[in-house]
Amino acid sequence: MAGSLARLTRQIGRAPVSVMHVCGSHEQAIAKFGLRASFPRNLNVIMGPGCPVCVTDVPEVDEAIVLATQGVRIATYGDMVKVPGTVRSLADAQAEGGRVHVVYSIAQAVELARETDDEVVFFASGFETTAVATAAVILRGLPRNFSVLSAHKYIPPVMEIVAEMPETRVEGFLAAGHAATITGWGIFERFVERHRVPVVVAGFEPLDILAGLVKLLEVIHDGRPRVENMYPRCVTREGNLRAQEQLWKVFRPVGGRWRGIAHVPNGNLRLRDEWAGVDARRRFRIDVTGLWDSAPSALVQDCLCGDIMAGIASPTDCALYGHECLPETPVGACMVSSEGTCKIWHQYGGHPDLGGAP
Amino acid sequence: MCLGVPGKVLEVDGLVAIVDFWGLRRPILLDSVDQPVSPGDYILNHVGFAIRRIPPEEIGETLLLYEQLLRESGEDMMAADVRSEIRATGGGGEP
Repeated sequence: MAGSLARLTRQIGRAPVSVMHVCGSHEQAIAKFGLRASFPRNLNVIMGPGCPVCVTDVPEVDEAIVLATQGVRIATYGDMVKVPGTVRSLADAQAEGGRVHVVYSIAQAVELARETDDEVVFFASGFETTAVATAAVILRGLPRNFSVLSAHKYIPPVMEIVAEMPETRVEGFLAAGHAATITGWGIFERFVERHRVPVVVAGFEPLDILAGLVKLLEVIHDGRPRVENMYPRCVTREGNLRAQEQLWKVFRPVGGRWRGIAHVPNGNLRLRDEWAGVDARRRFRIDVTGLWDSAPSALVQDCLCGDIMAGIASPTDCALYGHECLPETPVGACMVSSEGTCKIWHQYGGHPDLGGAP
Repeated sequence: MCLGVPGKVLEVDGLVAIVDFWGLRRPILLDSVDQPVSPGDYILNHVGFAIRRIPPEEIGETLLLYEQLLRESGEDMMAADVRSEIRATGGGGEP
């Protein structure tokens, strides 16, 4: 398979050939199993905005922090606790007396609400795959003291943004198998038509990823951009219709910022008006301006997280990476999450040639 | 994280399945899966919900990655993510 990659990259003849995946689990597998060592030097496999924790915007984190300081119990997925807001993280708010609970699932957050009279807010992060669970729990019915602060993000619109960035030279996308399990691969057809770049859906085994990349290079080489599904054991053309119905019954796509990247039209999932009663943004008055009196750490200005997630820089381009910015003392969100490029590279090692191939 | 984790369905009671993940039994919710699920099937669990029934003839290759990961130490980040996903039950309450 490595041989096929080298042959196809040579046949395409442009160097380097850059392709992007949009999934932290893909990057984990690529880095952990050392797949980049088998890539030809002039093939760049870049991780795009595939870390939902990383793209949670600063004001969204601030909202959760303000709620925690108002005495509301916050329940959220583990990595969200350490993501920096304007000046603090939820972990800081917890150290100052805020009640922050790490859960593995929203159902566990609901259990927590059933055991207390306090208001419990689930600070919900994740792409469409994870948003389905939030939707399903809301549709099941919630205890009166439970509401949702949604920071859910929707992947297809951000691919449009990245494809249009003038600095990006991405010639093809590897789509994440489990997000596509929900949306189906058909959703990428309009994208391919608009941008004339191919999309290949791939699974997570090292072999799945290599097979996906070989297919992607084949399609780039033959010059007929299209969608190919290399993960048929989980992904169909129409996707999981039941999950989609739940998703869109509860959420509507709205424009909003993705941290460090851009304003993404339709990139944020917010609760529909019918669910105003369980929407923390409408249940509580959340005034984040108080947090803006303190200046953020000066280091934040040097953080390249946004460029890294947009695929135009790699962690090793960042002066802070491995020095001031470490998993124990992260400056940027990409060093916080197990799906963040910087943290993955820090644990497993990156690719010395990335971005520097001749 | 979007990796999800596959498990074998032991029992189904309405929209709750008891699913075996390498010896750990967890309640997983079936609200969002679009195929009928019965004992003996494999499902893909993500944060406590089954999002896909995996065809039995393809489960072997799907399990391989996870078996390799679960042999890793607790320090390994990807293995830790898989363990978190196994802890993500639909029934709440950390057993």
